[in-house]
Amino acid sequence: MSHADDLIRLNAADLAGRLATGDVSSVEATRAHLDRIAAVDGAVHAFLHVDAERALAAAAEVDRARAAGESLGELAGVPIAVKDVLVTEGMPSTSGSKILEGWIPPYDATPVRKVREAGLIPLGKTNMDEFAMGSSTEHSAYGPTHNPWDLERIPGGSGGGSAASVAAFEAPLALGSDTGGSIRQPAHVTGTVGVKPTYGAVSRYGSIALASSLDQIGPVTRTVLDAALLHDVIAGHDPHDSTSIDMAWPSMAEAARNADVKGLRIGVVKELDSDGFQAGVRQRFHESLDLLEKQGAEIVEVSAPNFEYSIAAYYLILPAEASSNLAKFDSVRFGLRVTPDGGGTVEQVMAATREAGFGPEVKRRIILGTYALSAGYYDAYYGSAQKVRTLVQRDFDAAFEQVDVLATPTAPTTAFRLGEKLDDPLAMYLNDVATIPANLAGVPGISLPSGLAPEDGLPVGIQFLAPAREDARLYNVGSALEQLLVAEWGGPILAKAPDLTTHELTATEEGAL
Amino acid sequence: MPEISAEQVAHLATLARIALTEEEIAHLTTELGQIMQAVEQVNRVATPEVPPTSHPIPMQNVFRADVVTDDVLTPAQALAGAPERDGDRFVVSAILGEEQ
Repeated sequence: MSHADDLIRLNAADLAGRLATGDVSSVEATRAHLDRIAAVDGAVHAFLHVDAERALAAAAEVDRARAAGESLGELAGVPIAVKDVLVTEGMPSTSGSKILEGWIPPYDATPVRKVREAGLIPLGKTNMDEFAMGSSTEHSAYGPTHNPWDLERIPGGSGGGSAASVAAFEAPLALGSDTGGSIRQPAHVTGTVGVKPTYGAVSRYGSIALASSLDQIGPVTRTVLDAALLHDVIAGHDPHDSTSIDMAWPSMAEAARNADVKGLRIGVVKELDSDGFQAGVRQRFHESLDLLEKQGAEIVEVSAPNFEYSIAAYYLILPAEASSNLAKFDSVRFGLRVTPDGGGTVEQVMAATREAGFGPEVKRRIILGTYALSAGYYDAYYGSAQKVRTLVQRDFDAAFEQVDVLATPTAPTTAFRLGEKLDDPLAMYLNDVATIPANLAGVPGISLPSGLAPEDGLPVGIQFLAPAREDARLYNVGSALEQLLVAEWGGPILAKAPDLTTHELTATEEGAL
Repeated sequence: MPEISAEQVAHLATLARIALTEEEIAHLTTELGQIMQAVEQVNRVATPEVPPTSHPIPMQNVFRADVVTDDVLTPAQALAGAPERDGDRFVVSAILGEEQ
């Protein structure tokens, strides 16, 4: 194993440790990841934009500060990938859409500003379904991302680029956004870790809004501790986001290091432990629960009868809010402008621009949202969906009176083939059956690998959910389970993923001969 | 459950300012009918006594002092992404058509 290969396979926490001792420089670590991107991203397509020059300059600055004895954050010098939904000063930000192609925002989203201030090194922007609408990245206007476990399969979505970048060792950390599962479901299908914090825990200032009452920014990593360390960097009150929670958060890293489940009550949601889930997904889920039980956790069955209405409510609330949020793409202040032949009024220019700039899924959801909000239908659709939201919250409240955390499989199946569900929107929407309830209720959730499904050898995840503001519980239980599973596997799950550089290595070896 | 017609989809497209093609309208008419049929199951449990929730974490109105802070965009930054500009102003297409 070469030095560079060793560097890209380190967890963020371990890489940070080696940076702190001066054993490795940030420039070396950053260059190793940029080289990895150059070697494998042609096949994976996790990135829409890579800014090598600025990344190396930022890394050199961290190395200089460290040499000068300046005080640095724990993750200073560690590279990070940024989902293209977050605006970045100096880097194009498209949210996966043609309507924003080439747009360079004049400011940084708050989570991006925070990672820069903590000395992390943004490598570039990751691929996603257009405006985060999708579960496979196939709705990206720039082509899909490929799952590093099997390049013919989807990496999940909408944040497939962030998850794949981490799974393919192109970055140890990434930022994602989760509106109905866009951080957790990609983690499930790529053998990585993803966390949706409590609604309002991380600022959404500078996050290109999809559905404002559901969106949340969170960490995408290979280990639970890495997610906790990144969570600690990006969370906190921001006056620029009026939905940002103003409270002092406990250290998530401390919770992850605690990793003690003795006496922890874990509720299994019986409605999400059904035949609707692939056999291997359920098998690994129950094996994980057995491991936790042996460590002293108490497993309790709970019922959440209204969860089955979550998808229906979600596909009314999300399109309604999205149709409003996406009205800002009006061809006037930024982004694409298409003028019809012979000119036209501002309304005609707007309609031509949106026709050319939006992809099919975005149009589908805008029209759906416009319908759900129409006079005469509002109460029957949007109003009813908001009532379901109350019922889902009540299910969570009742469950959390009995248990400390809930557990479910993260998604119904392993990664499906690219193209398999592209023409069937309803089948695509079912991928988020287990992740959507958390967004409707605003509660935090984590997905971490629970193993490989025996029937196809692809990764599956387990999800834990906690009450609002109790994100630390997720890191505690997640980290405990991760330690048990890694001990059983004899190493991290991603050690079993295919080596994406086989072809390049062969070519190099031939050149050497 | 009202049937969704192509005329309705065309009207929604006008409201949403998207110049859909005839083909897109036909496709969306079918899909929208299927999706609405699936999502209308919310009405099975959304009974009158259930209050709606608009926002997952209850919050009071959030205010700040009405003063200009030091982190507002400059005119040059705000205009940097404009498709068309004239000095410090955005250029828009004609508001009124010939018939108006």
